[in-house]
Amino acid sequence: MRRLFLLLLTLCLFAAPAYAHKPSDSYLYLSVAKDGTIQGQWDVALRDLDYAIGIDENNDNAITWGELVKRQAAIAAYILPKLNITAGAAICTSTVIDHLVDNHTDGAYEVLRFVAHCPKEPSVLELDYRLFADLDPQHRGLLRLDYQGQTRTAIFGPNQAKQRFELGILTPWRQFRDFAREGIWHIWIGFDHILFLIALLLPSVLLRKRAGDIPCRPLEVGTFTASPALNIPRRELQTGQWEAVAAFRPAFWNVLKIVTAFTLAHSITLSLAALEVINLPSRLVESTIAASIVIGALNNIYPLVINRLWVVAFLFGLVHGFGFASVLVDLGLPQGSLLLALVGFNVGVEIGQLAIVAVFLPLAFGLRRSWLYQRIVLVPGSVVIALVALTWMLERIFNFKVLPF
Amino acid sequence: MNKKLSGIRCVLAARFIASAYWVIGLFWFTAVVFTVSPVAVATPFVPNDPAQIIERLPFKPGDASVRELREQRAALTREPDNIKLAVQAARDYMTRGRAEGDPRFFGYAEGALGPWWNLPNPPEDVLLLRAKLHQVNHDFAAALTDLDLLLKSDPNNLNAWLTRAIIFQVQGKYAEAQKNCAPLLQIPSLKLTGLSCVSSVASFNGAAQASYDALYKGLEGRADITPEDRQWALTILADIAARTGQTAVAERHFKDALMLGPDIWLLGAYANFLLDQGRPTEVIELLKDETSVDNLLLLLTLAEQAVNAPALAKHVLMLRERFAASRLRNDMRHRREEARFTLHILHEPREALKLAQENWAVQREPEDARVLLEAALAAEDIKAAQPVLKFLTESGLEDVHLDGLVKQVKAQPV
Repeated sequence: MRRLFLLLLTLCLFAAPAYAHKPSDSYLYLSVAKDGTIQGQWDVALRDLDYAIGIDENNDNAITWGELVKRQAAIAAYILPKLNITAGAAICTSTVIDHLVDNHTDGAYEVLRFVAHCPKEPSVLELDYRLFADLDPQHRGLLRLDYQGQTRTAIFGPNQAKQRFELGILTPWRQFRDFAREGIWHIWIGFDHILFLIALLLPSVLLRKRAGDIPCRPLEVGTFTASPALNIPRRELQTGQWEAVAAFRPAFWNVLKIVTAFTLAHSITLSLAALEVINLPSRLVESTIAASIVIGALNNIYPLVINRLWVVAFLFGLVHGFGFASVLVDLGLPQGSLLLALVGFNVGVEIGQLAIVAVFLPLAFGLRRSWLYQRIVLVPGSVVIALVALTWMLERIFNFKVLPF
Repeated sequence: MNKKLSGIRCVLAARFIASAYWVIGLFWFTAVVFTVSPVAVATPFVPNDPAQIIERLPFKPGDASVRELREQRAALTREPDNIKLAVQAARDYMTRGRAEGDPRFFGYAEGALGPWWNLPNPPEDVLLLRAKLHQVNHDFAAALTDLDLLLKSDPNNLNAWLTRAIIFQVQGKYAEAQKNCAPLLQIPSLKLTGLSCVSSVASFNGAAQASYDALYKGLEGRADITPEDRQWALTILADIAARTGQTAVAERHFKDALMLGPDIWLLGAYANFLLDQGRPTEVIELLKDETSVDNLLLLLTLAEQAVNAPALAKHVLMLRERFAASRLRNDMRHRREEARFTLHILHEPREALKLAQENWAVQREPEDARVLLEAALAAEDIKAAQPVLKFLTESGLEDVHLDGLVKQVKAQPV
């Protein structure tokens, strides 16, 4: 095992990257603080810098870190004056903080971190971008501008060298609401989360009859314990059949336990992933989410876990959290108010989830005694859910598409 | 009875839990691998070894022309207003950009022409290069404007006629294209170029076999033609043969053309041909080192998908990132490739159809028609296929693969 792991690592380290042939771009990130300081990061391709001012000192077509270090000062002196930042009429002066390296699709880039000081809090920011305008007019500067949790993008080129940005103020409440709305929307269009919840909630208005219990202690996950609210003598229940719960309370508690466990679990992993503590490949996450639905639905057909469905909800909730996180990351997280966005999105997810439960629970409770619910909804419904989820799982593992949703 | 049932339940419970833990265990193992492995984390870093190579410039070792390019640039930096130097540099950059499929060189060419670039009426040499650079950027209208201007002052500029013919052909305006090929036929030394031009256009316009025969006869027994001209003629012959279903003939022409030297467009055409023949392993062999050019990487990835090759996932990710990078800069030149990628690899027919339609508004080569028809079929949007059907009927374009797709479209209820 260890050898395999080492082999994997070596492959990762030495796999020669094949870089794209693409037109020249630079990536400029500016983050404007309230006091008028601007944190900047500018990624400029080494290939372009070599073309402009020469970095490959010994002309061997390979740029070493040593060669780059020698030219760092010259690079900063060449590129920083090509970006003029003005706030109103005042010029913001830039100072270099740090030089790093990063890789983009077409090769290695100089990463120049700098800070620009504007005299006062800017209400309008004007950028004048002239990098490589003379050498390569096809070069574009791709800007991402963050201000108070609001992110804007712009493209600079010789024909759009000067652009103005009004720095309107976005209240935290508005931002919170925006993210909450995204969370609700994601639950609403994310069939997989809805199906998982429904698969787990379907039996919550029923009781599984289980007679003549023979304990299999070490493996037992759910044991039947009659709720005090029920006045059904345990002996009357017959093997392998479902019975409607008598009162609303036990059904409500069942649902509450499941929903709480699911929420707790996905909140944990959503936070960990959004804060980049853990990073998982989306294919793995998405296929495991589909697998969780299959298992949840199968459990209604061959019930193994009965009373402790909340444990299942918790375990798989962890995986669903990673799914939520990828959406949140795609939305672009505002660096200044990460927590606000995270909480807002999560609250949105909970609201969406509660809305589903609010529709499901009264409906299921009302229908629980009917032939329809016990014979059609529960088992055949779970079979359909399992089949859909199985298809999703295969689609996601093997990267093909048959289902339209 | 109950005992037995309960026993089965215990076994099932054990299996259930065991598989659940398998899933979770696998999940965390992969999580750890991906967290530890350096490829997954792309954040700026500071290398610690001064000798570490962090970037290789895109020149092959021992490439003598690199020094020439450098000297040429130094000379141009000293005299940026020297039009002779600038035109020569721009030409060389364009040749390099075409040969390597590397658009940065087109940017450098435009940079070299900087002092004249925005003039309404620049010198003729600059005008031709400006038109060709517009063509490369798929700005066909601007290219044609420049070529018209050039032909007004120099009606005998054959390069301008040829460029106009190629643009019209790409746009599917075959009558216009044919008119622009005609002047080339008047010049004896350019007879094969003219013949290639005429045959290529006519082969899309209802006369595939006749065009093939004429060009084949023109090429036969000629020793006095440049390898470039021969390669172009052979590529046209291969394309016509492939479109008319003569696969063995096409194969022979492709191989003869490839012997004359590397050409990105030709490699792409041959790889497409092999994919259509169901020969993905040969495509992988042909293109495994050609991952820099997006179109060739796409063809390689399609081949890898057909045999589920190990590099597939990596290449899908690379393509995703590249199309994303193009989108960031509003670069629309790769819509055909992106449509194909979205349809056949991402399996998102609606999105693919949108891209294919946007692409069809700009260019109308058989490949453009094909991806639109395929996307329309996959998205079950037969109405979207109508403009292509109309175009195919009007032009008389012959292509066995398009014929099959047209039949499928027509079999669908509207």
